[in-house]
Amino acid sequence: MDIVIANELVKTFRQVTAVDHISLRVSQQECFGLLGPNGAGKTTTVKMIYCFLEPTSGELIVFGEDALKDPRRIKEGIGVCPQENNLDPDLTVIDNLRVFARYFDITGSKALARCEELLHFVGLYGKRKSAIDELSGGMKRRLIIARSLVNKPRLLILDEPTTGLDPQARHQIWESIISLKKSGTTVLLTTHYMDEAAHLCDRLVIMDKGKIMVSGSPKELIRHHAGSHVIEISLAGEVIESYLKQKGFTFEKTASHIFVYTQKGPEVFSDITHKFGDGGCSLRMANLEDVFLKLTGRELRE
Amino acid sequence: MMNISLRSMRVWQRNFDVYLVTWKVNFIPPLLEPLLYLFAFGIGLGQLVKDVPYEGVQISYLRFIAPGLIATAVMNHGFFETTYASFVRMYFQKTYDAMLSTPLTIEDVVLAEIVWGATKALFAGCIMFVVTLLFGLLSMPAALWIIPITFLSGLTFSAMGMCFTAFVKNIEMFNFPVFLFITPMFLFSGVFFPLSSLPSWAQAVAWCLPLTFLVSCLRSLALGSFNIAVIWQILVLAVLGFVCALVSLIAMKKRLLK
Repeated sequence: MDIVIANELVKTFRQVTAVDHISLRVSQQECFGLLGPNGAGKTTTVKMIYCFLEPTSGELIVFGEDALKDPRRIKEGIGVCPQENNLDPDLTVIDNLRVFARYFDITGSKALARCEELLHFVGLYGKRKSAIDELSGGMKRRLIIARSLVNKPRLLILDEPTTGLDPQARHQIWESIISLKKSGTTVLLTTHYMDEAAHLCDRLVIMDKGKIMVSGSPKELIRHHAGSHVIEISLAGEVIESYLKQKGFTFEKTASHIFVYTQKGPEVFSDITHKFGDGGCSLRMANLEDVFLKLTGRELRE
Repeated sequence: MMNISLRSMRVWQRNFDVYLVTWKVNFIPPLLEPLLYLFAFGIGLGQLVKDVPYEGVQISYLRFIAPGLIATAVMNHGFFETTYASFVRMYFQKTYDAMLSTPLTIEDVVLAEIVWGATKALFAGCIMFVVTLLFGLLSMPAALWIIPITFLSGLTFSAMGMCFTAFVKNIEMFNFPVFLFITPMFLFSGVFFPLSSLPSWAQAVAWCLPLTFLVSCLRSLALGSFNIAVIWQILVLAVLGFVCALVSLIAMKKRLLK
């Protein structure tokens, strides 16, 4: 069964079209990724899915129900970890969870048991009486994830869950997401970290300027759009460029680098290094970041 | 159109929980405030102003201002809660955004904030009530009506505050309604002197201010007369509160959901 079905979804803010006719399906128990540069429309898309924003046009069905008809009921089954920290600074760590559970009408000893269980899950039980200000960035993020789970959501929406965190904290959060997925939660994740998406997502879409550019599994996308290998040449020059052109290789050029995308990495690599020497040349596996940059371009956003 | 449910009270509970954590801080200013006013105006100014003519009778100055001070406390606590305090929750703490990712609707949140503002107005009004009662300035039992009215008019003032919150760009902009609206009401709604001492045009202006209705209504009750004027003054406040609540609900929905 599909947890989320979006057909030709559009969201316009005054003159600006943030989401421009996108269609996607999120199946039960999968981890679905929304990738894209800043301003691509990822957050607007998830905000429509958790019924915070009303779509301008198009069809949006969550848990088999029209998102415009009964947002309250849909929201009962969704957990949201927003991009911006919005923990309640007036309350302690555990009260943040208890008060939030109460918004879902979960109260009393049942709520307390759930909150304590979640604090153990994210490793913050020892901090349960602390004020929010005393927590580090990673702890706040973990607490938000715990908070998004108080209602035992069928769909967990994570909007850039690890932005700004150190590698330790990121890996800890990834572990939590993987264990949630194993226990049957459907996860919808937005990120602009490609390694995160490759690590966690079963399927993903890459968005840019409000539109979906490609969709598929990370492996499919890499194979299809970047090949198996990338050769990075740091001595970009006209001689090399014309040679690559003449050979008919697929490549991309930046101010100081050339990136060659190929299915036959070792062969092409030895061809090039044989000709130009191997200083400043390196061969590596193609990754999602190559796909992303190839599709969305290298120029800065915003 | 208006998607309001009883779940709204979960937001009220959140505010009450926070209030209880810092109850000492929340309790002391409203308790000291009336004492300061009574001391300054009653003992200080009261030495100069002996009796005040009010509806044909002479009453002591303290008896005259006591209901006005209750009304002022209600206005301040209701209005300031849904302006500065609500704005901090909405804009800086993003508390509303967090609430809106739960089954709560924006209407639930805004309504609960208004009711919470009225609750704080009720608390402040009650403290003021007890202090003035202990000073022997209220006629019981008619004065007991003051208590439910502090809540009702608290709704009016906090709904008005919420209207401003729905429109201001930043927190400094609240200086305008405070300077242009709250301060003139405090001075010209008949708290400190009978409106009859103003020229008739100024009296007409005064009767456009919501606080005038509350002061007049509470004064009648404090002096033990529950008359027909009290009823229509309450009605005016109720209608005004209803309209402001409606406007703020619509405007807040626009503001938060763009």
